[in-house]
Amino acid sequence: MVSRKLLYGLSAIAFMSATSAHAIDVKLGVLTDMSGLYADLTGQGSVWAARKAVEDFGAADKGWNVEIVFADHQNRPDVGSTVVRQWFDTDDVDAVVDVPTSSVALAVNELTRDRNKVFLVSGAATAALTGAQCSPNTVHWTYDTWALANGTGRAIVETGGETWFFLTADYAFGHALEQDTSAVVEEFGGQVLGTVRHPFPGTDFSSFILQAQSSGAQIIGLANAGGDTVNAVNTAAEFGVVQAGQNLAALLMFITDVHAIGLENAQGLIFTEAWYWDQNDVNREFAAEFEAEFGGNKPTMVQAGVYSSVFHYLKAVEQVGSAEDGAAVVAAMKEIPTEDKLFGEGMIREDGRKIHDMYLFEVKSPEESTGPWDYYTQRAVIPADGAFRPMEDGGCAFIASAD
Amino acid sequence: MFELLGIPPQAFYAQLMLGLVNGAFYAVLSLGLAVIFGLLNVINFTHGAQYMMGAFAGYILLTYFGVPYWGALVLAPLIVGAVGIVIERTMLRHLYHLDHLYGLLLTFGLVLVIEGLFRQQYGVSGRPFPNPLPGGQNLGFMFLPNYRLWVIVASVVVCFATWYLIEQTRLGSYLRAAVERPDLVQAFGINVPVMVTLTYGFGVALAGFAGVLAAPIQVVSPMMGMNIIIVVFAVVVIGGMGSILGAIITGYFLGLVEGLTRVFYPEASSTVIFVIMAIVLLIRPQGLFGKAK
Repeated sequence: MVSRKLLYGLSAIAFMSATSAHAIDVKLGVLTDMSGLYADLTGQGSVWAARKAVEDFGAADKGWNVEIVFADHQNRPDVGSTVVRQWFDTDDVDAVVDVPTSSVALAVNELTRDRNKVFLVSGAATAALTGAQCSPNTVHWTYDTWALANGTGRAIVETGGETWFFLTADYAFGHALEQDTSAVVEEFGGQVLGTVRHPFPGTDFSSFILQAQSSGAQIIGLANAGGDTVNAVNTAAEFGVVQAGQNLAALLMFITDVHAIGLENAQGLIFTEAWYWDQNDVNREFAAEFEAEFGGNKPTMVQAGVYSSVFHYLKAVEQVGSAEDGAAVVAAMKEIPTEDKLFGEGMIREDGRKIHDMYLFEVKSPEESTGPWDYYTQRAVIPADGAFRPMEDGGCAFIASAD
Repeated sequence: MFELLGIPPQAFYAQLMLGLVNGAFYAVLSLGLAVIFGLLNVINFTHGAQYMMGAFAGYILLTYFGVPYWGALVLAPLIVGAVGIVIERTMLRHLYHLDHLYGLLLTFGLVLVIEGLFRQQYGVSGRPFPNPLPGGQNLGFMFLPNYRLWVIVASVVVCFATWYLIEQTRLGSYLRAAVERPDLVQAFGINVPVMVTLTYGFGVALAGFAGVLAAPIQVVSPMMGMNIIIVVFAVVVIGGMGSILGAIITGYFLGLVEGLTRVFYPEASSTVIFVIMAIVLLIRPQGLFGKAK
């Protein structure tokens, strides 16, 4: 009898442990720019990073079935929404990953909340994702417009760049970046003299650079990204902006942009990023693997952020035991402190904002650089507790209602 | 007047100057399109991709073969033109007896293939191209980079030479005759198919030339053609399909209009040309310089 009871007990334990380690199905959808002006800094590299995270998490060893699909949103909210709707409604995708271009990300943000799925943002910049538009289903991982404005804007005002003129990409992201930076500039005693909003994507920036020149501002703030920033910096060099005594502030700059501009024209630019491939051995190792896959290119902070966010997401799914309930998985993501090889230790705030250190970088001169992709000198660390917008300033509604 | 518009006269002149630079590109590109449409009746959608290929040819010549910009300015159009000739002989040729639409579809398909190949090889961020004429002139009302001045000069010379070749020379008269009555011109002993091939090659070479010209100003990127080609098509439609002079004048004119829009209402600068196109099509469907058929 005793042995039979023991047997029942043992089999019950065996059954329970079998359920806790049961095969979990997860389907990730990387929605990104595959062919437009952000394709190099996100694109296939983001898909690769998501795969790498699944691999490093050991999903296969755990017996999980993790599938990754991807699509090109062409930087258009309508295209992105259509893809995501199909992913959620017919393809059983559990989480949408990356999504550069703020206007697309805001549309996906709404859909994800509506269908109770998960949105892991790395590519998009607008701080509205954890502010007015915040959602219990969204985690904003890598950076945001507030962090960029706070890092770069503040550093420049504090070193004497007090009057500003903005060149702004005319869509959600550009407006958010301009607005956040203006607030920082004014808070620290600077002054905004004017703004010009250029079409997105722009082709010729000479006219806008000229308007910025005639404004007489000390600093020309570039509230744009990717190819637009590249063009604007090159045009500024051609028109002798720096020689004439004005300086550029690239408010969002990726290493792929510096590569496209070349050090000759990019040297001395100061900007804020969350991650750089040459910061430590782990990053260099990650970059080496990436490079082997992408013809010598280095990963951007967005691609690194995709890796980390997917890695942490899988941990949360493991804790919850299923990827079905999006809000529950995101709640678990916030509960577990974040720790991974690329972003180190950190946490996710209640409003969905991932908190980590940010870095202020300066572009090297051609003489300082030892070769392709050796582009940054780290100027300062912006500690995690001051790097992102305080939660109470964001106006996130679901937190207020919880109080 | 300037006080009324709210901008100082210096800024106004400066923006006109920059508009002229952009107009220079529109003029050279729409000229190539007009030559091809006027003489071959083909709507060459590949024109933007060929412009991009010109810029990349310049980049590749410089980076891998050490050919300086000035050499590339001659070589790149020849290379791109030669590629155009291959396209004409192997593909386009078979579509002449069909509707325009087939030529358009073929050339559009080629755009997707060519741009896809370049994107695969070079990514979308683009490549830097050093400025061969650094520095600039202080014109009193603005600082004009030397290179932009050169763009205006080069484009005016090329546009005038092309216009002269087609409208004022014997060779041009053969070309124009071959458009009206290819059979008759052939009967006079002129090899019309070869002439057509060379004309296409020439039109494409113009796109390649504009590409090299743009390389130091714009980043050399697989997307650069896509961004400009739609505007250039609008220019051709406004000028009148196939009108050489119309393409040139409209190119410069719309560059100016766009430049001024950038001052008064920058948000509309990417749409103003299409608004003008819509108005022109309503009032004068054959275009400003086109002949009604």
